[in-house]
Amino acid sequence: MTAWTRICALADVPTLGSRVVESSSEGRIAVFRNSENQVFALRDRCPHKAGPLSQGIVHGTTVTCPLHGWKIQFEDGQVVAPDVGCVKPYPVKVDGGDIFLQLAPSSPPG
Amino acid sequence: MRKLKLVMVGNGMAGVRTLEELRKIAPDMYDITVFGAEPHPNYNRILLSPVLAGEMTIQDIILNDLQWYADNGITLHLGARVTQIDRRSRSVIATDRDGNTVTVDYDRLLIATGSTPFMPPFPGRDLPGVISYRDIKDTDEMIAAATQYTHAVVIGAGLLGLEAANGLALRGMKVTVVHNSEWIMERQLDRTAGKMLQAELEKKGMRFRMNSQTSELVAGESGRVAAVKFKDGESIPADLVCVAAGIRPNVELAEKAGIHCNRGIVVNDTLQTYDPRIYAVGECANHRGTAYGLVAPLFEQAKVCANHLAEMGIGRYQGSVTSTKLKVTGIDVFSAGDFSGADGAEDIVLHDPGLGVYKRIVLKDDKLVGAVLYGDTKDGAWYFQLLKDEQDISDIRDHLVFGNAHLGDVGHKGGNVAASMPDSAEICGCNGVCKGTIVKAIQEQGLFTLEDVRKHTKASSSCGSCTGLVEQILASTVGGAYQPADSNNKAVCGCTDLSHGDVRKAVREHKLLSVSEAQRHLGWRTPNGCASCRPALNYYCLSTWPHEATDDPQSRFINERAHANIQKDGSYSVVPRMWGGLTTPAELRAIADAAEKYKVPTVKVTGGQRIDLLGVKKEDLPGIWSDLAKAGMVSGHAYGKSLRTVKTCVGAEHCRFGTQRAMELGVKLEKMLYGMWSPHKVKLAVSGCPRNCAESGIKDVGVIGVDSGYEIYIGGNGGIKTEVAQFFVKVKDDDEVMEYSAAFIQLYREEGFYLERTCHYLERVGMEHIRQRVLEDADSRRALHEKLLFALQDYSDPWAEISNDPSGGSLKRDFEIIKV
Ligand code: SRM
Ligand SMILES: Cc1cc2nc3c(=O)[nH]c(=O)nc-3n(C[C@H](O)[C@H](O)[C@H](O)COP(=O)(O)OP(=O)(O)OC[C@H]3O[C@@H](n4cnc5c(N)ncnc54)[C@H](O)[C@@H]3O)c2cc1C
Ligand code: SF4
Ligand code: FES
Repeated sequence: MTAWTRICALADVPTLGSRVVESSSEGRIAVFRNSENQVFALRDRCPHKAGPLSQGIVHGTTVTCPLHGWKIQFEDGQVVAPDVGCVKPYPVKVDGGDIFLQLAPSSPPG
Repeated sequence: MRKLKLVMVGNGMAGVRTLEELRKIAPDMYDITVFGAEPHPNYNRILLSPVLAGEMTIQDIILNDLQWYADNGITLHLGARVTQIDRRSRSVIATDRDGNTVTVDYDRLLIATGSTPFMPPFPGRDLPGVISYRDIKDTDEMIAAATQYTHAVVIGAGLLGLEAANGLALRGMKVTVVHNSEWIMERQLDRTAGKMLQAELEKKGMRFRMNSQTSELVAGESGRVAAVKFKDGESIPADLVCVAAGIRPNVELAEKAGIHCNRGIVVNDTLQTYDPRIYAVGECANHRGTAYGLVAPLFEQAKVCANHLAEMGIGRYQGSVTSTKLKVTGIDVFSAGDFSGADGAEDIVLHDPGLGVYKRIVLKDDKLVGAVLYGDTKDGAWYFQLLKDEQDISDIRDHLVFGNAHLGDVGHKGGNVAASMPDSAEICGCNGVCKGTIVKAIQEQGLFTLEDVRKHTKASSSCGSCTGLVEQILASTVGGAYQPADSNNKAVCGCTDLSHGDVRKAVREHKLLSVSEAQRHLGWRTPNGCASCRPALNYYCLSTWPHEATDDPQSRFINERAHANIQKDGSYSVVPRMWGGLTTPAELRAIADAAEKYKVPTVKVTGGQRIDLLGVKKEDLPGIWSDLAKAGMVSGHAYGKSLRTVKTCVGAEHCRFGTQRAMELGVKLEKMLYGMWSPHKVKLAVSGCPRNCAESGIKDVGVIGVDSGYEIYIGGNGGIKTEVAQFFVKVKDDDEVMEYSAAFIQLYREEGFYLERTCHYLERVGMEHIRQRVLEDADSRRALHEKLLFALQDYSDPWAEISNDPSGGSLKRDFEIIKV
């Protein structure tokens, strides 16, 4: 099992906004917070032309890339049609007012 | 809750479009059952003409395949004709393709049965080989006949008849078109255009028999039709007769059920029939006395009907103006509005028989009411827009008939030559989309609107300069089905049906003070809107209620949140303000030091008379700003929908020709407007004499010094489509320049739609309106000026605010990166 890494307090991410996390192993990750206080994490790199998704506008469970307006869904990292592509999502959780991120996929048991 | 049952009779273009609209806004409200008499899923009837002409196949024109119905949980009965509506038990009774009776109950019923072709009652109308032109079956029959027989006669020279004749001729038949009036397409064309079209079609090998009344269709030995006989006694050979003598709304079912019909099923503005549970859309419906026969109005009906079925209650259908375009490859005919020459109407005609060009535009009360174009139809969309918008054309009357050509081939509305471009021609330079890709998407995905094309191909979705071309391609690909959006009533985005005008009005009248409040009040469909509507709403609240509305940074585009321009690699650029383009050695030194300290890769002089530091990392922005602030510099707002630059020339301060102190006035204007948010960016310029070195002629507000004072020009734009500023007023001194410019800009701030530059705003509201509010009414001018000053008071430099934010402060926090 990969451990959860504490990122920051939930309050450190603006509602309908994001923060950028730089991980030594994974590179840049965008952590988003929506209006329902749900938190999501995606690789901070648009599948179109590598735009920084962290800088986009957040709405519902989607972010619009700041460079050319592709829309990326938080849950699965899939791009909204008619565009196609996907971004790597990361497991993320809120615990006791803090945000935790899992930086690598959990290894199979045993 | 039990789902309501919606039954639809008629599986054609208008009906299925209604279901698509409904699916967008209330996907789970109804259990839907559809009956279609034809054995095919919904297809694009319009494109039967290119199918007949051999330019497309049936597969190409399917709009919704069977999978679509399945995916949307719609029960589909194909080849099933509804024979009865029982309004008391609220059920419909149909006979399916195996002859069995099917009965389905409804809570709401939608009748979309289209039209039936009109068959004049001449003897022989039932003979084999006599057909009308309405559906796939007719088309298949004509294609089959063309392989076997020689002589075709088309009765009726309307749009449909001519497209049928063209198709049959292309398939090798000898075609004669029979028509009972003096010229062809007499309902859409005037005499001259009709005659020109006829001559052109004759060149393609078709024959015409005008002023002819058919008396009988005569059978040959085989029992199949063999000749058409006329009232004058003559007859011509015919192995195939296609009757295209008009259509009649298909009201049989409704009439039998006792629903009020009068040349169509009579519906109100929400598309309800006299029985409020029963709706009707499409060619079968009669709205305010009109039954439409083109798809564009039917799609508008579909939208309103879906809205009402979803119980949203907003949206009314108020009728449509239509335009037509003949879909015969190589021939350009366009007609719109009324050109019958009603009282008080004036004609402007341009006719060049040598070039084969004819244009007639009809004016009434300074408005365009009709247009007929032959040979050169590139301005069709533009005229149609003027007509629909009921725009006052008195200012452009002298060159109206020459079209929108001065816009060049990238015009916003006019467009040009798209039809004759090769498929490989690049249409959208921003996104690298070529014509073939657009045409293919329109045909394969069944796209009808500019919005659809933008979504699916990205063409025209960036700078928008190719909009005219894309509209042209749409118009030539889908024919009259293309309806240019009504510029004044277009919905803000998919999150609402309200237009920018509606939203502005509501924000003012209901004192809406934040994005979320506005969304709640106006019934936004999505939880927090989208990247298009949120910035617009935020601007409308802030500009209408200065110092009271709450700014929502998350509803601003990243540039306005980061107070810098984002670059393609995710870095930012920093442009400090240089008032009026002036700087000092101390400022230049500070810029040089900052550039070195933060390892700025590129330092550039901008087109706006200042210096750009490009390629700064976001984390470094507060630091570099703080260094620049120490030398007295503030944000240049090069990133905002806001005041950009006030460009100046050296003016009377130094120049040997200068009549006025241009630099001084420029700096004063820039200081007055500093910190101003606006619908789009605003640029000014002040030149010291008419040589105009500051390029005042292409600025939102351009000021030119003359001996006796200043001339003010407004609505110029040097960007996507160069627009020369219009002369506004001549004033005597600096104070008047400040007051008049401020008043105009404030009016634009209050009335402009988000992302509408001053030139587009001016085009929409008209110069007369601005003159009234700013020139003719001194109280109004002063009030506007004061409102602007009030909105701008106490503005503080955003760079200083963020960089002075104590560490850990929430403003600065957004610029920091969390390392793990
Ligand atoms: C930096 C500059 C080019 C330069 O190196 O000279 C520039 C750079 C950009 N311009 Fe510009 N424009 C610059 C002067 C102009 C000018 C000339 C002028 O201002 O005198 C024009 C034509 C005049 C006009 O606007 O009427 C101009 C017409 C545009 C347009 C088209 C606007 C239009 O209404 O047609 C856009 C697109 C938009 O705003 O939607 C645009 C958009 C942009 C953006 C912001 C594109 C974007 O959205 O990211 C560019 C940012 C580049 C970057 O990565 O930082 N830029 N742009 C100039 C900054 C001037 C300044 O000091 O603030
Ligand atoms: C060859 C051709 C070219 C055209 N070109 C253009 C053009 O360029 N531009 C333009 O704007 N318009 C054009 N039109 C007109 C356009 O196609 C129609 O306006 C549009 O299709 C009407 O849509 P609708 O849904 O009202 O009717 P339809 O599309 O006709 O759909 C009605 C459907 O209802 C079915 N139906 C009827 N009664 C019953 C019943 N009792 N039970 C079950 N099903 C029933 C019919 O079989 C039919 O499939 C063209 C039409 C034709 C035939
Ligand atoms: S505007 Fe006239 S005075 Fe000013 S620099 Fe240009 S030419 Fe010289
Ligand atoms: S890089 Fe994200 S949309 Fe182009």
